[in-house]
Amino acid sequence: MTDRRRFLGFGAAAVLALATGCTGGASEPGPADFSGQITGDITVLTNRTDLATTALPEYAKKFQAEYPGTKVTFEPVTNYEGDVTTQLSSGEYGDVLLIPNTVAVDQLGQFFEPLGTIDEIRAEYRFADEKAYDGKVYGLSLGGVANGFVVNKRIWAQAGITAPPKTPDEFLAGLKAVDEKTDAIPFYTNYKDGWPLSFWNSQRAVLGKADANETFPADPNPWQPGKIQHITDGLLFDIVHGKLSEPDPLTTNWEGSKPMLGTGKVASMLLGSWALPQMRDAAKAAGSDPADIVFWPFPYQTDGKFHARIEGDYKGAVSKTSRNKATAKAWLEWFVTESGFAADQQSIPPAVDQELPAALKDFQATGVELMELPAATTNSGKEDQIMKSSEIDLTGNIYRQKLVDIARGAADGDKDSYFAELNKRWSEAQSQVMK
Amino acid sequence: MTLGQRRWMPWLYLLPALGLLITFTYVPVGNMLLYSFTSWDGLDVTMEPAGLDNYVRVFTDERYWRVFLVSGYYFAASFVQIAIALYFAVILSFETRFRNLFKGILFFPYLLNGVAVGFVFLYLFQPGGTLDTVLGGIGLGEHTRFWLGDPDVANISLAGTSVWRFTGLSFVLFLGAIQSIPGEVYEAAEIDGAGRWHQFRHIIVPGIRRIISLSFILAISGSLSVFEIPFIMTGGANGTRTFVVQAYETAFQFRQIGLASAMAVVLLIVVLIVTWVQRRLVPDEEVQLT
Repeated sequence: MTDRRRFLGFGAAAVLALATGCTGGASEPGPADFSGQITGDITVLTNRTDLATTALPEYAKKFQAEYPGTKVTFEPVTNYEGDVTTQLSSGEYGDVLLIPNTVAVDQLGQFFEPLGTIDEIRAEYRFADEKAYDGKVYGLSLGGVANGFVVNKRIWAQAGITAPPKTPDEFLAGLKAVDEKTDAIPFYTNYKDGWPLSFWNSQRAVLGKADANETFPADPNPWQPGKIQHITDGLLFDIVHGKLSEPDPLTTNWEGSKPMLGTGKVASMLLGSWALPQMRDAAKAAGSDPADIVFWPFPYQTDGKFHARIEGDYKGAVSKTSRNKATAKAWLEWFVTESGFAADQQSIPPAVDQELPAALKDFQATGVELMELPAATTNSGKEDQIMKSSEIDLTGNIYRQKLVDIARGAADGDKDSYFAELNKRWSEAQSQVMK
Repeated sequence: MTLGQRRWMPWLYLLPALGLLITFTYVPVGNMLLYSFTSWDGLDVTMEPAGLDNYVRVFTDERYWRVFLVSGYYFAASFVQIAIALYFAVILSFETRFRNLFKGILFFPYLLNGVAVGFVFLYLFQPGGTLDTVLGGIGLGEHTRFWLGDPDVANISLAGTSVWRFTGLSFVLFLGAIQSIPGEVYEAAEIDGAGRWHQFRHIIVPGIRRIISLSFILAISGSLSVFEIPFIMTGGANGTRTFVVQAYETAFQFRQIGLASAMAVVLLIVVLIVTWVQRRLVPDEEVQLT
């Protein structure tokens, strides 16, 4: 009998090892401790595999010159979201890292050190509240982007349109003119890669209301006419339904779409302003004029004015398990404000007192007001919960791919029936979450 | 060796294998069962118990069980796959010119990584891609369509890719089984005047019945759990979402590990039931060739 007991004991030990392994990394939030010398080694996780051996070590060299005795090592992660989410539960995730979007706001304290209160951080940095919970900020944005349409203005000019359309109908008419007068595909959805479809969710500012994120989860029917999802998803539907997008959405290719826009085979895409330098590079590489690529606001005006949402990119954070938090915080702050990374990437600098990049100054010249939409506070995290339980991924591509399928006649239903279904699924989950 | 030693010695030899089996099979499955009764998001320190909620949801929400219907395409395709594999296995087990070359060609797709297969076929099915060019070249240009974009053919295209990839596996299984049939049996049959068809019908098929039956079991469980081909080629869009793709999205896109675990448990049970039913219908008989 002893044998069997030993054997069971082994099994139990294995169960225990796995159970603790799954939850080992997280612990209850405590007060942040950044005292101590700024010296020693830190490891920085980055999603920019393209810069990990080129530009990033250059920044590190400057930092090490400023703070002697420090050493910054980069750990590039190709599949950032997935790999780092797994790493988080192991407890080993570097000293400074980008907060994966899979971490819900109320879990931030389990993995990252609070960097200060929202008010303190907001005095110095933009996008302070995007990774904050309970008044505490856990991440600093590495740079910000504006949202809107990346267009090839040469093609639009051939169709007779030189100024950004002001309403969805005007925009559709413009796309139709592009279709008729040029050989270009008027609009490219990037359906196959999926993530470009998520930018339809970044247009919430067009209604000109700064509290949009707070009020959104309180609304049981966001797809009703006049509401934001009806405006944005409705425009996507109409574009595809009017056959103004690529003929076979299932075989699109993000890398391939860059030179297509650059050379004028495609006239427009909905993306963030971060795409401008990439598209211009692609245009240059293909022998076209990079100046053709410009950024236009979403075609909707409130009080006679365009509004475009600006938001932070990935937020850098200090890991809770770091053994060198003082240096980690120093690096993060230096990288965000002094390294020049944001300017090099042509994104909006996180420090409030630094200037906008040139591309966005042109964008502002179209008369658009750039708006930061503060994250929800009373309804903090509710929108995520509704998304999860309704399985309507506003921030993703699954339900929008279905929308495109319906619009092009590849799935049953029409605009009204699908929006009604979305409203129903959303409000069922919403009433559960908000009760 | 004392009596005591004799008792625990077998366990000692079994220990490594048992350890691996328990750590990497039974403990994870046990964990999965545990998760399926919680509303865990895969990250939080606490796991909220959810009772049977996840299972109720899998069975009552149409969106979860409807995706099983897509498996029908792959199931139908597996018959094509078995037929092709059997045909070539029979032909190539007799003297044929370039026999080994053809064996290699048929088995080769199975050696390719599933991700690579997905990408290769993505280009094949593109408008103006390889398939359209070939059809145009042989005068069937009017039959080209959006192989992945047209919802009526998207699943057929994907199932076709699956046939291309897995025919090699069925083929080697059949080939091995056929070659284990002693050569004298054929000689005797030939002397008795049996043609190729009769040899196939009365010697080969009964001789490899077990492998054929195994192939069908693999085909059913395989078609219920299709993942990489639709995931890579369409991401489950355009009505090609299979049960496993849906479970993946639930787990990693919507962070509902509990619900996704329940889906995995349901899939496991369905596969077990189907296999059991099949074993009842087609009993495993001893093969008698003499």
